[in-house]
Amino acid sequence: MRATELIMGMPITVEICDHGASDHMKQVFDYFRTVDERYSPYKETSELSAINNGLPKKEWSEEMRAVLGMCEETEQQTDGFFNIRHRGKLDPSGLVKGWAIQQAADQLCSKGYKNFYIEAGGDIQVYGNSLDNEGWRVGIRNPFNTQEVVKVIQLSDYAVATSGTYIRGEHIYNPHNNNRPAQEAQSLTVIGPTIYDADRFATAAFAMGKQGMAFIDQLPGFEAYMITDQQTAILTKGFEKYVVEAH
Amino acid sequence: MKKVVIGLGVVGVFAVYSLGIRHQNPVISKPSSLASSSSSSGTKSASSSAGSSPSGSKKYKDGTYTGSAVNVYYGNVQVSATVSNGKITDVKFLQYPYTHATSVYINKQVMPYLKQEAIKAQNANVQIISGATYTSEGFRQSLQSALAKA
Repeated sequence: MRATELIMGMPITVEICDHGASDHMKQVFDYFRTVDERYSPYKETSELSAINNGLPKKEWSEEMRAVLGMCEETEQQTDGFFNIRHRGKLDPSGLVKGWAIQQAADQLCSKGYKNFYIEAGGDIQVYGNSLDNEGWRVGIRNPFNTQEVVKVIQLSDYAVATSGTYIRGEHIYNPHNNNRPAQEAQSLTVIGPTIYDADRFATAAFAMGKQGMAFIDQLPGFEAYMITDQQTAILTKGFEKYVVEAH
Repeated sequence: MKKVVIGLGVVGVFAVYSLGIRHQNPVISKPSSLASSSSSSGTKSASSSAGSSPSGSKKYKDGTYTGSAVNVYYGNVQVSATVSNGKITDVKFLQYPYTHATSVYINKQVMPYLKQEAIKAQNANVQIISGATYTSEGFRQSLQSALAKA
């Protein structure tokens, strides 16, 4: 069974192929709502907002400390490209989504589910097999024509995260502007063993540009697929073994 | 002209996306307002078809309209739309999320251990789609609220 709900301003989809899933499926959505309540930078009532409004550190929840600690660790691992401080405020959104998918997926695993996926805003953790084929087939969206898929990969017990934007003001809307750079990253898809890592590293690597591909390439078990504004794709060598060839 | 064409190309997608159709075949029919695809032509006819959407045949009043800021979780998206002769002639971003606003510059040279290829539409069935969709929804909402005033 499959369900989609709009939480944290994005569609979240859960599909479970094992039997007896409905209550636990609801728990997954409830979990994402509690994450939003705590970490939303936009909700005045969130703990994050309280922190940004000066809540003393000793009153921060244990979980918040842990998440902000993970952000700090990620910043170090990515040479500062992952950074949650902006205009004097903390915003761990670039890590929280992947972390929350991971938590939710771990909860389903601990309840014995083996064949499911959780997708939040285009970031995905898959386990086991779908009803139609071995593993899960994941399409990578074409940022130039969002109704199209430009690559299909097949994965099991793996994660996919895409960082980027389909809307970036002048760079997209003035394609004939001669002043723009020859190649700019339009989207960067990272696959890896866990969505927690794939998401936070995709966020950082996207900010790195071409160096981001090198950064992902040197991480064991991680591969990357970058679409540039020249409508070309750059992929790490190991990415190809996940690709489903077109018929 | 080009701005609107691509922008509205983005607009139709999220509605389809949130209906779950993406779990089937990703190659789905386009809304009629997206008649000429989003990426290549910036012609007048394309922009006039875009100008008539998203609310069908309504003709907008000339002027510049600011949409509401829409929370897309990673940040706010806010656009302003300029209408001339009843058509959208410009869409400007007043706000968009910083995490995805970073300008990224890639050198022309590709690293030796990386492969490069042209992107090409695939017809294989997929169960899930990965992509950065959230700003699209914010864009749609903000643009719609701007045009509601036109």
